[in-house]
Amino acid sequence: MQNTINAIIQAASQVILGKESHIKLSLTCLLAGGHLLIEDLPGMGKTTLAHTLAQVLGLSFRRTQFTSDLLPADIIGVSVFDRNTSNFQFHPGPIFSNVLLADEINRATPKTQSALLEAMEEHQVTVDGNTHLLPSPFFVIATQNPKHHIGTFALPESQLDRFLMRITLGYPDSQSERALLQNKGGRANAQHIQAVCDGETLLKLQQNVSHVHVSDALLDYLQALIQYTRTQFNTGLSPRAGLGLRQCAQAWAMCEGRDFVIPEDIQAVLPSVVTHRLQTDGNINIAKQILDNVAI
Amino acid sequence: MPHYLNVYQLKWLLLSLAVVLVSHVANLPVWVIAASATFGTWRYCIEKYQWPMPKAWQLLPITLLICIGIIFTFKGFFGRDASLSLLVVMCSLKLLETKTLRDYMLVIVLGYFLVGNLFLFNQTIATFLVSIPPLILLTATLINTSLPTIQSIQFSFKLACQLLLQAVPVMLILFVLFPRIPGPLWGLPQNANNAMSGLGDSLQFGNISNLTKNSAIAFRAQFKGAIPANNQLYWRGPVLWHQKNQNWTMSSAKIGLPLEKLTVQGAPIQYAITLEPHNRLWLLMLDMPTTIPQKAKLTHDYSVLADRPVRTRMRYEATSFNQYQLGTSLSEREKLLSLQINEGENPKTIELVKTWEHLSAADKINAALNLYRQQDFFYTLQPPRLSKNSVDDFLFNTKRGFCEHYATSFVYLMRAASVPARIVTGYQGGEFNPNGNYLIVRQSDAHAWAEVWLQDKGWVRVDPTAAVSPERIEFGISEALSNTDELPIMARKDYPWLKKAYLNWDSVNNGWNQWVLGYDDKKQLDFLKKLTGKGLNLQEMLIWMMAMIVLVMVATSYFLIKQNKTKLNPAQHLYARYLNQLKRTGLEPRSSEAALDFAQRAAAVLPNQKQLIIEIAQRYNALMYSASPKPELLDELAQRIKQLKIKTL
Repeated sequence: MQNTINAIIQAASQVILGKESHIKLSLTCLLAGGHLLIEDLPGMGKTTLAHTLAQVLGLSFRRTQFTSDLLPADIIGVSVFDRNTSNFQFHPGPIFSNVLLADEINRATPKTQSALLEAMEEHQVTVDGNTHLLPSPFFVIATQNPKHHIGTFALPESQLDRFLMRITLGYPDSQSERALLQNKGGRANAQHIQAVCDGETLLKLQQNVSHVHVSDALLDYLQALIQYTRTQFNTGLSPRAGLGLRQCAQAWAMCEGRDFVIPEDIQAVLPSVVTHRLQTDGNINIAKQILDNVAI
Repeated sequence: MPHYLNVYQLKWLLLSLAVVLVSHVANLPVWVIAASATFGTWRYCIEKYQWPMPKAWQLLPITLLICIGIIFTFKGFFGRDASLSLLVVMCSLKLLETKTLRDYMLVIVLGYFLVGNLFLFNQTIATFLVSIPPLILLTATLINTSLPTIQSIQFSFKLACQLLLQAVPVMLILFVLFPRIPGPLWGLPQNANNAMSGLGDSLQFGNISNLTKNSAIAFRAQFKGAIPANNQLYWRGPVLWHQKNQNWTMSSAKIGLPLEKLTVQGAPIQYAITLEPHNRLWLLMLDMPTTIPQKAKLTHDYSVLADRPVRTRMRYEATSFNQYQLGTSLSEREKLLSLQINEGENPKTIELVKTWEHLSAADKINAALNLYRQQDFFYTLQPPRLSKNSVDDFLFNTKRGFCEHYATSFVYLMRAASVPARIVTGYQGGEFNPNGNYLIVRQSDAHAWAEVWLQDKGWVRVDPTAAVSPERIEFGISEALSNTDELPIMARKDYPWLKKAYLNWDSVNNGWNQWVLGYDDKKQLDFLKKLTGKGLNLQEMLIWMMAMIVLVMVATSYFLIKQNKTKLNPAQHLYARYLNQLKRTGLEPRSSEAALDFAQRAAAVLPNQKQLIIEIAQRYNALMYSASPKPELLDELAQRIKQLKIKTL
């Protein structure tokens, strides 16, 4: 089990150079059964990360570039009249895959966004009165560009809450940069990478996450953190966020090869889990503020 | 830079000062209370509505006005009441220039001092109880002022109570062992003695019946043996010889009469009396005293006088005999004095007495007593006013009177009939308190009776009141006046439950008087002697006191630390020890720093211990957070911490 996780991280690291912790965080998010939002400038490797993860995990992967004229049907699928059978036939959209990469999600209209987010939550779509289950496992990895706002529809806070984690990749370090420039990584390599896992194994891993032990002492700490956000910010963390934090900490502990959660696990995942849920005026150090002010 | 305080802390301060003010409400003139409340409200408005702080030149006239007001009210600055009023009003005025932490502290300390001042007025249990809420509030305010962050009300109160309770053992040690100086530490100002009541040194109509409306306690008596019957309980006070109009007074000490001869028989009655202060000299004794307290003086007619007015509660022991013969021989001067009556008054009485001329002295007494018995004399606390010839008026006209009327008219009758007689004032009876096994004698038990001198028998007690109202003497005043509501409620008998509650309360009060207020140098020495088996001198007392205080403090600290530690589980305990070791190298985890993060940081400082430090953190985490930690983990942790210790040292 541990080997699988290590192998996944190992393999992905060959493509996304010098971003091991981000890979681990993304994997944590997927193991915890949540959707991932990657927020960064263009060209930072968002798509590559999503693609690589899907490939390494051995999952089916679809990519949709979101634009302002994208319609819900373009994602979910559409019923087309089949002249041979004189019936309407459902043509599944790109959402019917294990991993959906929703590129530049904030470019789509709210209508399309909400269709996607609904599917994310329900794990099923309903077209013309027929309900179609999505494949399992099912992840959405969405990306968005935080800087260029012209012609975008920012995701409302309520919808940001649907993403378990938001991560920011940032620039690579100089060593990785050099390697990239020497063509030793990047998207070109993603094609050749071997899957080290499959959907079934991933589901099993997900099940194991919930078995990671969370002690009372740890829950005390977790509650103190949640309580702190509720007293110090306009809106604190929701119960869903608290649950998400716990699940992520469990998944992270599993990635670390432990069967119990320690405060370090919570501290590791907290910045990615809470920053996009707390309404602050762009205070990047909000996670640091929380962690520094709550005693273990 | 001065530390400014916030509105929340100001509110606490104002509230606690308000409670201090309320506790003093009976001791201050109304205008002082009003002024203090105004200054407090003003200070609050300054904070709330951002009014400007008053300037010094604005406060100066206010201060002057207050001083003038104090001088007017109290005719000066001196004395307890004036000083207290000045202190209270100045303390509230100080609020108007209170900005910084230093000012706050000053006002809080003043508040504590004001609470202490409560005991200058009286030292009852009630005062003690009244002093507790302001003490707690002031302490809570102090806590709030000292803490950097705002705490909940509950927290402050809990901590304040905790602190005060922790101080109780030290307080008790100081109380028991702090060397007592004989007499009060400082003299109470004169006006502290104003409100004492008790027997006067003369008798006029209305003196005693006024006293009888007062339910205040005159003294308490504890008997070594059985308590004598109620009709034997004559507590002797001043003896009155001299009649002038309606006024009876004591014989002048200048006359220098010799001590009357007393022979006693029967069993001695031993008792101890706790006398409430009455600002006069007499020490009440049961008829007739044979041993009296040291320093006290016996007058020729067997009143006992203290060496100075009784201004603090006083306890003394005495012995009396109720079978006695007093003054079998009567000197000429005594005879003259005990027959003295004003000439030309009360003609009807003189007329009546003339008809008794042929009778013997004993028969004259009976004739007088029969007069009271056979005619419709009536015992009441509200007799009608008497005219100038008061004895005539009383005997032949109103026939309504109280013990003083019967005693004076009887003595007058006797003297007119040439039988030497005098009035004795004091108390009669008392109420038994089964809870403390002692007798409560109130001002309402005040009484006057007569003594007549008979050949061969000496001075014989005759109580004419008994002829009119035997119940008064047999069962006490409540029985005698049971159908009227003239008596104070505590002396009446119609509310048994109230009475019972009162008796309980009185025995508590008595204990308080005996053991708290009455704990003086003598009692302290006795108590310590009993405790240690030998007497302690001053030096030993101080050493014991210090030693006990240190002991209590160490014990308390130990207990508190231990209590804190029992909350830690073994792993936390070990880990805390490990952190203590690391502290020496200057490494200390932040409260928000997780074990492994701290280990990384520590390892960077102590690179050759890295392995050990990381392992310690891992094991600590496992012990703390895993589902069921293996027991050997604890040993491993302890072992590694030990190893580390050797290396760092």
